[in-house]
Amino acid sequence: MLTFTIRRLIIAVPTLLFIAVVIFGLLQLAPGDPMAQVPLTVPPEVKERMREALGLGEPIHVQFWKWIVQFFWIEPQVFIDNVFGTHLADGKLRVLSWQTRSPVMDIVVQRMPQTLWVVGMSYLVGILIALPIGIYSAYRQYSIFDQLGTFIAMIGFSVPTFFTGVLLIVIFSVNMDRDSFWWFPSIYDTTLQVTDWASFGQQIRQMAMPVTVLALYNAAQISRFMRASMLDNLNQDYVRTARAKGVGERAVVMVHVLRNSLIPVVTVIALGVPQVFGGAIITEQVFKVNGLGQLLIGAIEANDLPMVQTLTFIFAVLIVLFNLIADVLYGILDPRIRYD
Amino acid sequence: MKLKTILLGAAAAFAMAPAAMAERGADGHVNVIYWQAPSILNPYLSGGTKDIESSSIILEPLGRYDPDGNLVPFLATEIPTVENGGVSEDLTSITWKIKPDLLWSDGTPLTSEDVVFTAEYCMDPQGGCAQLSKFNGIKTVEAVDDLTVKVTFATPQPNPYGAFMGGQSPILQKAQFKDCTGGRAAECTEANFNPIGTGPFVVDEFKPNDVISLSANPNYRDAAKPAFATMTFKGGGDATAAGRAVLETGEFDYAWNLQLAPEVLEQMAQGGKGETVAAFGTLVERIEMNLTDPSPDLPPETRATVDAPHPILSDLNVRKALSMAIDREILVEIGYGQAGRPTCNLVPAPEMYASPNKECIPQDIEGAKALLDEAGWTDTDGDGIRDKDGKKLSLLFQSSTNAVRQNFQDAIKAWWGEIGVETELRNVSASVFFGGDPGSPDTFQKFYADVEMYANNFDGTDPQAYLAQYRCGNEPKPSSQWQGENINRFCDPAYDAMLDELAKTGELDKRGEIAKKLNEMLTKDTYTIVPLVDRGRVSAHSNTLGGVALNTWDSELWNVADWYRIKE
Repeated sequence: MLTFTIRRLIIAVPTLLFIAVVIFGLLQLAPGDPMAQVPLTVPPEVKERMREALGLGEPIHVQFWKWIVQFFWIEPQVFIDNVFGTHLADGKLRVLSWQTRSPVMDIVVQRMPQTLWVVGMSYLVGILIALPIGIYSAYRQYSIFDQLGTFIAMIGFSVPTFFTGVLLIVIFSVNMDRDSFWWFPSIYDTTLQVTDWASFGQQIRQMAMPVTVLALYNAAQISRFMRASMLDNLNQDYVRTARAKGVGERAVVMVHVLRNSLIPVVTVIALGVPQVFGGAIITEQVFKVNGLGQLLIGAIEANDLPMVQTLTFIFAVLIVLFNLIADVLYGILDPRIRYD
Repeated sequence: MKLKTILLGAAAAFAMAPAAMAERGADGHVNVIYWQAPSILNPYLSGGTKDIESSSIILEPLGRYDPDGNLVPFLATEIPTVENGGVSEDLTSITWKIKPDLLWSDGTPLTSEDVVFTAEYCMDPQGGCAQLSKFNGIKTVEAVDDLTVKVTFATPQPNPYGAFMGGQSPILQKAQFKDCTGGRAAECTEANFNPIGTGPFVVDEFKPNDVISLSANPNYRDAAKPAFATMTFKGGGDATAAGRAVLETGEFDYAWNLQLAPEVLEQMAQGGKGETVAAFGTLVERIEMNLTDPSPDLPPETRATVDAPHPILSDLNVRKALSMAIDREILVEIGYGQAGRPTCNLVPAPEMYASPNKECIPQDIEGAKALLDEAGWTDTDGDGIRDKDGKKLSLLFQSSTNAVRQNFQDAIKAWWGEIGVETELRNVSASVFFGGDPGSPDTFQKFYADVEMYANNFDGTDPQAYLAQYRCGNEPKPSSQWQGENINRFCDPAYDAMLDELAKTGELDKRGEIAKKLNEMLTKDTYTIVPLVDRGRVSAHSNTLGGVALNTWDSELWNVADWYRIKE
């Protein structure tokens, strides 16, 4: 298993480099101009100067090489500096966003908390809802509960979050009385510091609606996986054997079947984790959470290539990493699977 | 007993004192939402409106424009003019006097050195300053004494109020930015995110593209202002959500630039938590006629250049007929509601520069048909489309992707269909259309279409530079990498001569007269530009927010120091 992991990690290096080249190439080919949002009242020659100041005049391979050096050499130094208080990266040019003229990684770090809180929490809540629903739906297949679960999963799956999000806002922010307990803010306050119970309550309130919307979507997906996996196992011979031995129904389902059924579900859940970091572009936009998803979409709209390049590359790293984790988990959970 | 009374009296006097001294920060907190989030708080490094407006809370220029377009002094004691001796008789220099005893928010005094530095900062050739055009024609900026700055121009400037006027050109603190000039401008993240200013608020925390937390500037020049102690300036989302947060949920006090369908806005306003305000500036939605041939059959060197005149639109009568067929009042109704009004002018305001021409407003389909008949465009083959010498009267009409623009395109296509003009519609993503990439065939500058629609305006109140865009030779062309602002490829020596006259004229009345004539030459005399809608700005504020004076000539937050909470 260890050699497998190491081998996969080594293969990941050329894979990621290839991904970086492809992302960079695609961004270069994509139409658009970082000066497009500058008003027309700014004359073209001034815009040209601004482009030069962004480093756009340089040849493409130089731009790419600069980004590689900044991302793989200078940014780790900054990280080390922050952790150990050293001064390795002082005065070195980091990956700078074109919109803000500030280091991209600083903004990413700034955006991480709200994305992890909201999207991560919704993933967690989604899993917690999905597992019991999936288990019970499979155990009582075609019962009313199963039909209901299927129906809700279908809704969660097919109704887009920009609809459910706005629907919740209309119900709980617009039409609800402001003093009511059921009033929830439609705009997420990223400056809120949780220092006491009151502010903790506020944080819960402002997370409630975006988490609900996303959790519904996540739960729909995972509960279907759980149900299918349980159904696969419930008809296996070992289940019949267990029942024939006189093992209690509870132990049969919750110990024998569930453990085996969880193997594929856990890997599916692991594969979904990079999406948490990717943020939820639409939900973040609807509730103004301004996390990583909003950062990415804003950067794309503004043609902020260093930002888009860095973010998409980080997502690529996470996807490669969590694919590996899923594979390793498979091996750990199921002793029959061996990669060596 | 006596002592107790005295003490009580003293205590009461102390308690009364803050109330009597009316009251910086007495009104607590105010929430502002801009659906475009600010990226940087240094307007010299970003031309974006969101960045200029957000930084105007913190940084101030010497003078601003008020809602009527008048110049008002902010950091200066008065607006220099020829009459008060601030502008030299030959219009080659302007001398600003700064108010005495002004302090930066860090407590250090503001001096003329800071003003001189600001000019050096922006005029540095390596810096990529977005407001460089404000400093056009400046030869020197020098500090005469601590509170006097003299700007000398290379040539006479009838409008010397470019630099240090308005939200685009505020004063930066030299001490903070002195190591940030030229190529190092982008590296000063700390300064660009937390500029020290003289404005009513100071930045506590700036999260780029998300939110700014601000608090009242303890050194603001008016001890009673601002009324709010703290401000949250949230960015992001979309105009609908911003409008909803002010008008329907009441979470925010002010929402900027609600570009929404009129019926959506009307419905939101029924939420009862706030009201909308509208004001008009110089933004005009217009159709631009291509006077050159965009045919793909032409080689790239001549396609859409002055060497190839347009086969159809070179005819004035066709252009005029196309304008006559449009019902501008309906366009306003479907697209802008209270935020628009029909116009026939390229320069719709300020009043002294705006031509009274209104003849384009009534739609005249019959007149348009007659005009086309007269010009020789008739439907000879009976397919409903006019033709002449075997060429069909068929146009490619492009615009940027935007719901209102596509509605306009549909409506205009229908009207042009009525007069026998075939129209093919096309829309291009705004970031490409306005992107100016010389390699892209889809930019508005390249104009590979017969007509196109977009909006443009001019900065400040003087239209000279705006009108000068239509000079011969200023058209986008291959030799200029398709840069240039004379989008229509208009060229008239008489127009250029009049522009030269405008540049030499200092008296305001005369300037107004010439500007009106120039405007008419482009619009009602030649129909090179067909203005459609004078687009205003709609913003919204909550019922409890007082002091809002919507300003389209400067930042909307120009008077944020005067905002207060209306007591219920």
